[in-house]
Amino acid sequence: MTSVQMNVDGETHSDEVEPRLLLVHYLREFLGKTGTNVGCDTSNCGACTVHLDGRSVKSCTVLAVQADGGDIDTIEGLAEFSSNGDEEAGWHPLQRAFHTEHGLQCGYCTPGMIMAAKDLLSENPDPTEDEVRHGLEGNLCRCTGYVNIVKAVRTAAAEMRGDKVDTEVGA
Amino acid sequence: MTALDTPPTLNVGVTRLRKEDAHLVTGRSNWTDNITLTGLLHVALVRSPMAHAKVSNVDVSAALEQPGVVAAFTGADLADNWAGGLPCAWPVTPDMKSPTHLPLATDEVRYVGDAVAVVVARTRPQAVDATEHVVVDYEPLPAVVDMEAALADGSPLADTSLDTNKSFTWQKIDGEIDDAFDGAAHVTTRRFINQRLIPTAIEPRSVVCAPPRETRETTLWSATQVPHILRLMLALTCGVPEHELRVVAPDVGGGFGSKLNVYAEEAICLVLARKLGKPVKWTETRSEGYQATIHGRDQIQDVSLAFNEDNTIRGMRVELHADMGAYLQLVTPGIPILGAFMFNSIYKMDALSFTCHGVFTNKTPTDAYRGAGRPEATYAIERLIDEAANELGVEPFELRERNWIKHEEFPYTTIAGIEYDSGNYEAATAKAREIFGYDDLRAEQAQRRGSGDPVQLGIGISTFTEMCGLAPSRVLGSLSYGAGGWEHASVRMLPSGKVEVITGTSPHGQGHVTSWSQIAADALGVAYEDVEVRHGDTNVAHKGMDTYGSRSLVVGGYAVQVACDKVVAKAKKVAAHLLEAAEDDIEFSGGTFSVSGSPDANTTIQDISLAVFAAHDYPEDMEPSLDSDATVDPENFSYPHGTHLCATEVDTETGRVTIRRYVAVDDVGKVINPQIVDGQVHGGLAQGIAQALYEEAVYDSEGNLTTGSLLDYYVPSAADLPHFETDRTETPATSNPLGVKGVGEAGTIASTPAVINAVVDALRHLGVNDMPMPASPRNVWEALQAANNGGAA
Repeated sequence: MTSVQMNVDGETHSDEVEPRLLLVHYLREFLGKTGTNVGCDTSNCGACTVHLDGRSVKSCTVLAVQADGGDIDTIEGLAEFSSNGDEEAGWHPLQRAFHTEHGLQCGYCTPGMIMAAKDLLSENPDPTEDEVRHGLEGNLCRCTGYVNIVKAVRTAAAEMRGDKVDTEVGA
Repeated sequence: MTALDTPPTLNVGVTRLRKEDAHLVTGRSNWTDNITLTGLLHVALVRSPMAHAKVSNVDVSAALEQPGVVAAFTGADLADNWAGGLPCAWPVTPDMKSPTHLPLATDEVRYVGDAVAVVVARTRPQAVDATEHVVVDYEPLPAVVDMEAALADGSPLADTSLDTNKSFTWQKIDGEIDDAFDGAAHVTTRRFINQRLIPTAIEPRSVVCAPPRETRETTLWSATQVPHILRLMLALTCGVPEHELRVVAPDVGGGFGSKLNVYAEEAICLVLARKLGKPVKWTETRSEGYQATIHGRDQIQDVSLAFNEDNTIRGMRVELHADMGAYLQLVTPGIPILGAFMFNSIYKMDALSFTCHGVFTNKTPTDAYRGAGRPEATYAIERLIDEAANELGVEPFELRERNWIKHEEFPYTTIAGIEYDSGNYEAATAKAREIFGYDDLRAEQAQRRGSGDPVQLGIGISTFTEMCGLAPSRVLGSLSYGAGGWEHASVRMLPSGKVEVITGTSPHGQGHVTSWSQIAADALGVAYEDVEVRHGDTNVAHKGMDTYGSRSLVVGGYAVQVACDKVVAKAKKVAAHLLEAAEDDIEFSGGTFSVSGSPDANTTIQDISLAVFAAHDYPEDMEPSLDSDATVDPENFSYPHGTHLCATEVDTETGRVTIRRYVAVDDVGKVINPQIVDGQVHGGLAQGIAQALYEEAVYDSEGNLTTGSLLDYYVPSAADLPHFETDRTETPATSNPLGVKGVGEAGTIASTPAVINAVVDALRHLGVNDMPMPASPRNVWEALQAANNGGAA
């Protein structure tokens, strides 16, 4: 067993873990952070995407011990607490845009998709449709056909820039 | 009553943002694998690495010595726990062969992934580690992998308990089929391969089972589309009294048919929890699921169309070989049979002959995958009509229009004997052609052919229909389907005027909570926000037929409407009583009951709900309740249709196919929520296009799945798919009062032939007349080389 300590969604956790334990299983099973999902065993689907020190990683490709000392952000830490009872008011623009643009159906890929999109927008605050499609190619969705995911990401990008955006094709 | 001054907000037909989303976008979801219970144990299975073998010995003793291991069982150990095998509920012929399918194999394994032993441990890693210590002696048997070879004399058997690899031959002949072909002016014949696919819902399957504690009730949570069917079938398979079994489908992460089943792991977890007296959990890994969760499609299609001199269709012959895999799962044999009614599609003809051979092989069982029999049929007819148009020298649209059912001919009884209640193929086609700019693209295509552009443009057409909304129970009975197709809903008016709708459908991404709220809000005249919809727990939604076959809105939504109508009828009686008017004089609009001619004498449905709760003053001849149930069973299927057009760019030097435009004009009848309907079409298109261009489950000659993970089985990402342009025409269905037809599968059914027709069309002038799926760069390049070598111009 090996000691790890990391900051997850703003809280510090210390645990003794097996060296083989994956970060995603540490999050889910040790910390109860089940907002982050597992969709495959080959690092193809991206459902488990979180941020490690500000960059998106597939948490099934990172050992918990590799994340020792790191800052982890998951979907569960993305929204700000809204004290007035209006939960949506505290949502990140990406969460709001996935809702308004119907960028999710079953919702299983959504946490990973949103975390990957957040990293994409930090690098490219105004991506074209094509840039969003290629920027999210490591995340699989089986429900939406991606059209509304692309729209949601560009809508959120516009909100984050303070712009309006034309999310129609070719814009 | 100032509220009367504001007209009620109509919900049906308007986009309402989904009620389902809040917990899903914030990570508060409740997937089965998230469930944890005190004392929870973890289950791992030992699976056969061989496609076919005798199992001479299974020894779990060393596994029992491993850290954390609580129990381990062989198939023989658990054999007495099964009241029956895993069910196949669709015996398509009286003499269909259906071998006993025990959840854990005892003496013979029949596909790679067939489970032979189970280990239970305190943690999942401990359980998985311990499976390495289970010793299994396999004596290899020849693997049967090719359907046609399987039917040849002297073929090895996929199941040595049978004397044949044929499960059944199902035949249906309508009209004078020999006459149709004997006198034909032209016959077009093709063989198409509808390749095997893996559904790949992004949430892996997972099961949790808790044994009885303070009551006799056992609770099973499963990532399933069918909690109600599962409850009954598990009760029968495991010998658990049905009334002591509760099945819950919590958040379910997609299904596409793959979670419309009764799986070995569900039965195993149920038996283990009861045997050990401890809650247990099993969750598949993706690679495990690729072996142990059903596959789809996998047909060899031999099809012919016979034409008259004037290019009208005389008849069609269809012979299918359908790969069942190693066992018949819940509805495996019925899937290709659904195609029997769909090969004729939108076309008129005088004769149709359909023959289907269900064949056992040593592969993962097949079953329903999005579209289930209709995509296969639609692919064959829409490919064949294009090939016939080419042979006859007519424009593909012209040949379609020549033969399709005209809008004024509805209702129309097809050669297959079912009645298409409504449709307008002309309208959908005209709209699609206009959006697509069909004539301009044809002009560009001619120009690029002329200039010898290395990247050629192809245009693909799919004028499809399908039958869905699995309902008419009597018809399903005539097809030997093991259940009915009704659906149930309950509507409860709460004293505060809020509404609970309980539905027998079981959504896993389709947005039923939102759409059912819209239906109920309008029917009852209450606010959308005042409706809650409950589902997916047999203790809450006690009765239902669940979600598959694009049936939920058509049958389940209809049930919600009827239950609401019953609530209104009861409330009207009370309103008449309280307003001291005759019931016939009471009008209902926007949640308000008023006396005809005396608009000031009125009351609301919420006030009546409270009055009935208090029950101080209500009519003598009724119970003090507005709550109502409805079980509906529409008399017909529904028949969505549409015209899809695809433009592909095909690089003749590399074989790479890129979709440039995809236009889908669908007629799904009335629309409850446009945003949700568009989303369903988008997702369906993605899966149909994936069959055309990307996906194929491949087995080697020894029965090993060589596309056994997401590394090798290519599920397309956003970068692989185009923007979809969707639009609609609206011809209401007549089989339900909502006029809805169902939309879950239409996109998948329509899109595969549209794309392949476009790829072939791009290369037709180079001598390419066929394209194996998926149209990967390799398959396209090889087709071009074959055409070159064949000397075609």
